[in-house]
Amino acid sequence: MLHAISLSIGLAALWWLLSGYTIPLILAFGAASVALVVFIAHRMDVVDHEGHPIQVTWRWLTYLPWLGKEIVMANIDVVKAVLSPKGRVHTSVLRTKATQKTELGHVIYANSITLTPGTVTLAVEDGVMIVHALTRGAADGLKSGEMDRRCTAVEGAPGEDR
Amino acid sequence: MALPIDPIIFDILTWLFILPGAVLLIIGGIGMITMPDVFARMHPAGVIDTLGCELILVGLMFQAGLTIVTVKLALILAFIFFTSPTATHALARACLNAGVTPRVDEEKSAALSRGGRP
Repeated sequence: MLHAISLSIGLAALWWLLSGYTIPLILAFGAASVALVVFIAHRMDVVDHEGHPIQVTWRWLTYLPWLGKEIVMANIDVVKAVLSPKGRVHTSVLRTKATQKTELGHVIYANSITLTPGTVTLAVEDGVMIVHALTRGAADGLKSGEMDRRCTAVEGAPGEDR
Repeated sequence: MALPIDPIIFDILTWLFILPGAVLLIIGGIGMITMPDVFARMHPAGVIDTLGCELILVGLMFQAGLTIVTVKLALILAFIFFTSPTATHALARACLNAGVTPRVDEEKSAALSRGGRP
């Protein structure tokens, strides 16, 4: 129920910000569309802690600045590799441990890896990520495991605030 | 919306964000052509849809000012932020499923043959 309410508020805010209308009739149409979408999402059984993860929102917001910094650093690394590939481009495929307990945690980690240029997640299996890395720096950065630790922290303890 | 600041400041800020963004887009485009194989080419594409596109959108926000357009630009930013890794991952999976194996400079291909393909 909490997830449905939060989804409704999110959709209503999105609808209003994108349309900007204040005419009552149009607003009613908007409310009807929000209700329809929430109903369909409920029928599809995707309004849960996984499809609509409000439990990680706060921790995720504190993770964002660090991820942003990592993305900028990785961008500089890849730009250098593009401009002078000799000796810098060193492609490798590596396996790295993912210590997250839930699938949502794995998604956050895998997306973070792919979002940082220089590393792309190819597959996830049994708590191991198979990652393609463009440079030595990108591969080493991943092996240090800091992103893994931070993603596990975002996920929080399993079972918590479900 | 009128702010008590000289509007030229926003023009300068816009240039400061859009120029590096445009340079990153060009570098990303060059990289997508010069990299050795399809998996390596995904990385310069990542430069385009993370920092390159973010810098340009932030630059445009300074032009829009405190209006609903800025909110929409922020939404575009957020949606690209969430969808681009998913698209990249789908592309990588499609390549693996089609039988394309990454060219590696290091003998670690054992890692892939064990888990690359389902």
